[in-house]
Amino acid sequence: MNLPNSVTKIIQGLEDGTFSSQELTEAYLNRIDNLDPEINSFITVCHERALLDAKNADKSRSNGSASKLTGVPYANKDIFCTKGVRTTSGSKMLDTFISPYDATIVERLGSQGMVMLGKTNMDEFAMGSSNETSFYGQVNNPWNTNCVPGGSSGGSAAAVSAGFTPLATGSDTGGSIRQPAAFCGISGLKPTYGRVSRYGMIAFASSLDQAGPMGRSVEDLAHLLSPMAGYDPKDSTSSMDKIEDYSGNLEDALKGKTIGLPKEYFSTSLDRQVEGVIEEAIKEFEKLGANVVEISLPTTSLSIPAYYVISSAECSSNLSRYDGVRYGHRCELPIDIEDLYKRTRSEGFGEEVKRRLLTGTYVLSSGYYDAYYRKAQQIRRLIKNDFTNAFTQVDAVISPTAPTTAFEAGTHLDNPVEMYLGDCFTVASNLAGLPALSIPAGFVGGMPVGLQLIGNYFQESKLLSLGHMFQKSTGWHQHFSRDDLKGAQ
Amino acid sequence: MPITEKEVREIAQLARISIAVKDICSYEDQLNKILAFVDEMKAVETEGITPLAYPLEETQKLRNDKVSEKNQRESYQSVAPTTENGLYLVPQVIE
Amino acid sequence: MSWEIVIGLEVHAQLTTSSKIFSGSSTAYGANANTQASAIDLALPGVLPVLNKRVLDLAIMLGLAIDGEIASESIFSRKNYFYPDSPKGYQISQYDKPIISKGQLKFVNDGEEKIINITRAHLEEDAGKSLHGEFEHSTAIDLNRSGTPLLEIVSEPELRSAQDAVLYLKELHCLVRTLGICDGNMQEGSFRCDANVSVRKAEDPELGTRTEVKNLNSFRFVERAINYEAARQIEVIEEGGTIRQETRLYDPEKNETRTMRSKEDAHDYRYFPDPDLLPITITAEHIARIAKDLPETPWNKRLRYLKDYGVSSEDSEILANSPETSVYFEACMKKSTLSPKLVANWIIGELSALVNKSSLTISKSPIVPERLVSVLKRIEDKTISGKTAKHLLGLMWDSSSSADQIIADKGLDQVSDNELLEKVISQTLANFPSQVEEYKAGKLKILGFLVGHVMKQTKGKANPAMVKAIMEKNLRQSI
Repeated sequence: MNLPNSVTKIIQGLEDGTFSSQELTEAYLNRIDNLDPEINSFITVCHERALLDAKNADKSRSNGSASKLTGVPYANKDIFCTKGVRTTSGSKMLDTFISPYDATIVERLGSQGMVMLGKTNMDEFAMGSSNETSFYGQVNNPWNTNCVPGGSSGGSAAAVSAGFTPLATGSDTGGSIRQPAAFCGISGLKPTYGRVSRYGMIAFASSLDQAGPMGRSVEDLAHLLSPMAGYDPKDSTSSMDKIEDYSGNLEDALKGKTIGLPKEYFSTSLDRQVEGVIEEAIKEFEKLGANVVEISLPTTSLSIPAYYVISSAECSSNLSRYDGVRYGHRCELPIDIEDLYKRTRSEGFGEEVKRRLLTGTYVLSSGYYDAYYRKAQQIRRLIKNDFTNAFTQVDAVISPTAPTTAFEAGTHLDNPVEMYLGDCFTVASNLAGLPALSIPAGFVGGMPVGLQLIGNYFQESKLLSLGHMFQKSTGWHQHFSRDDLKGAQ
Repeated sequence: MPITEKEVREIAQLARISIAVKDICSYEDQLNKILAFVDEMKAVETEGITPLAYPLEETQKLRNDKVSEKNQRESYQSVAPTTENGLYLVPQVIE
Repeated sequence: MSWEIVIGLEVHAQLTTSSKIFSGSSTAYGANANTQASAIDLALPGVLPVLNKRVLDLAIMLGLAIDGEIASESIFSRKNYFYPDSPKGYQISQYDKPIISKGQLKFVNDGEEKIINITRAHLEEDAGKSLHGEFEHSTAIDLNRSGTPLLEIVSEPELRSAQDAVLYLKELHCLVRTLGICDGNMQEGSFRCDANVSVRKAEDPELGTRTEVKNLNSFRFVERAINYEAARQIEVIEEGGTIRQETRLYDPEKNETRTMRSKEDAHDYRYFPDPDLLPITITAEHIARIAKDLPETPWNKRLRYLKDYGVSSEDSEILANSPETSVYFEACMKKSTLSPKLVANWIIGELSALVNKSSLTISKSPIVPERLVSVLKRIEDKTISGKTAKHLLGLMWDSSSSADQIIADKGLDQVSDNELLEKVISQTLANFPSQVEEYKAGKLKILGFLVGHVMKQTKGKANPAMVKAIMEKNLRQSI
């Protein structure tokens, strides 16, 4: 069958009876089986379970107990614990871990009757911006398989881009939803910190991590965000702030809206051509009636160092539980407890993870805590203040999502710092806890460019509507990475 | 400030990660690159700024004191590497 | 050259909650291994902690009872270290901004009142249990206890003797039990103590290097361990050595302390605020609510007993220190106008003896306060003697009849006191010389008259058989 190119069309088709969830699911599974070997976006494909869930979804539909999303397929980043299904977080450490429980978002999406196609590939423990650190091999960008898809949610981004799934969940700690979305020419949202439950999402950096939707269009994102969002009593950091009708609030004229352009963002590290695409996008927003003004976010240049200190520190602690005692990898024949810990962890973790664990341990250690960790938290306060200030004047902040388009695989592995610099536009919103959206805005050399919109706390509706109106007008999100998708209805 | 080889070993011990002798230099090098980069934070004056540990301006929600978990030992231990009689086993620890 | 011992104590009190501090698992003691360990307690990937509200109430209670400062904002921090019974590789504890700080605990040593400052009391989670020796070459881990709420109570290093240390502990033990925040069961590990011990020359203003001594499961062990460690340190220094700052384990069998191998390398705990838990705020209203129902502290209760009831300080200690006993005592006092000393004596003496023999507790005693009061009334109105009352109590333990009923049934109100009877009998014999002569002359039946007279004198309460026997004995002796 011809796969529909939007979630709205899928919902329509299921409701009309144009196709069943089983047919749809089978079509996606076949596509994955045939084409994913080239992309490697999935770690685990759940053929049996997906078809069973699809069958049940069809049954619900026929007896009138279906909800809007019943029978709609989606994929989960392998960072979300899924009961009875292998959950690896892209790491050898959890290669054998079959989760005994479901993450809250998995539970919520399951209760909607959505069909999980499988678990997508990712940078190990979400640490990376290129999906090259996964134990399960790198993911290839569907636009150019020599290039990276971005990371850490590279598998989810590539899977949506390649038409393997209409929707996918991702996680974002320093840009891990937005940057791969940009590199793969799809849309991705990092919600406000606390908007979506973190329970069951394998922790990387607890005060920065957020789960979010990935899909082709902002309209698709809104469909997935609604059931994901909302207070979870199992997550102490989840917010009781009211959820909005994300799908219902997308149509909202840009007239009267003000968008801020941080002057600090347009520096030398930004690729000139990418800058050009963004400038065109800004013109488009102005054409649609928005007022674009220059703003200043003075602490911008320190956001990456602060981010790396805080995220390494938190992850060094979060990953201490991987010790070979209760689950996961365990070294063979440990001679004593020290040997058990050291060999298990050295064997189970990859290089990037080890680097961050060491960095994190160092910045928290006695004598260095004030100079690094405490200092980074102070800078974090300044960054938050910068935004609070900006939002007194603007409705959203605009920027490129990444300074370049997707780079060639293997080119950034020698110098970790070079890789980190690619996060220059994304980390600030994690540090401040603000919602941020990435949407396709054009191409450079045939590769997608993403633009980022950052909103104020719990203003996902406003953010999504800005993105939606842009997409309605420009259609950049309707470019397909695969020729065979171009025929999609 | 640059990290020394001794410090690399010490933090590797704290993190329970073993680094092969041949790799110590490379780790030292990489960590120094990262730390030099992070040292840029010194550029800004932060005297008197309250550190931000929690992005949400909210306080802890509380749970009622009620037993809400049932025994799921079998399920949880189905993923355990080594157990016996319901206990997790590790190499003998001498106190 | 005299030495001074400096002691600071850290007590870990398990709080009386039904569920754990960060998870909904049960805290009940004695369950099968790992049957009370949820996903959160096992530190599965992705799990998160949620705070049990009751632990705040219990911590506030202690804070109020020790006149401490209760933080209006308090945070949890991670204490990072690797140990198999610590599943996350860190313990959620408090470092900066503990919930309670700057309190005081008073106790009495040989009539002298001592005040010890309490630096802080903070909330944290307990670790699991490591079982060594169950399996060859392995240590077995049971995580049932992992996540049980603890209140760590830290004293300033102001104690100067092992004896003081024990008295401080006993006072604290009594306090937490009276408040109901901890059951104080040291065998089950609900009240654990670590001692920080150092020595210095009496005139030296600087503190010596301290060692931490662990595994002190009873008051006796605390005393012996401190004395051993202090002596060890003095010996080391006198021989020209230095004290190494370390953790030592007390061995009760050998009565010595030794270095703990697992704690040999210096721990850098890398404390930082736990990002999974938000700051806790405690309002004045919350504190006022707790204060309203706060039980009286044992210290205040003892003073009150001394003042209002005039019991001895020894007795007031026994009565006030046990929450159950004090409840019983006050119930007795409320229900009667008996002499407090009498009530105290009988509770501490006979009743306690009966309770102890039965392996019940005083609150479960079948002799409830009303029943004890009824017995003591009969002593006060001289219906029965103390000796009889003791017997009566024993009978009442196994019977549901009232005191008066049993007295009547068993004729316990009869005077069977030898001494008393002797007195009345010799008086009677002295008053009736002619009858005595008649008896001696062989008129044995006159005994009845004489016995009858004694019965009249004792208002019929004398034990007739005993009167007859004693009278006969006396009469024979005088022949």
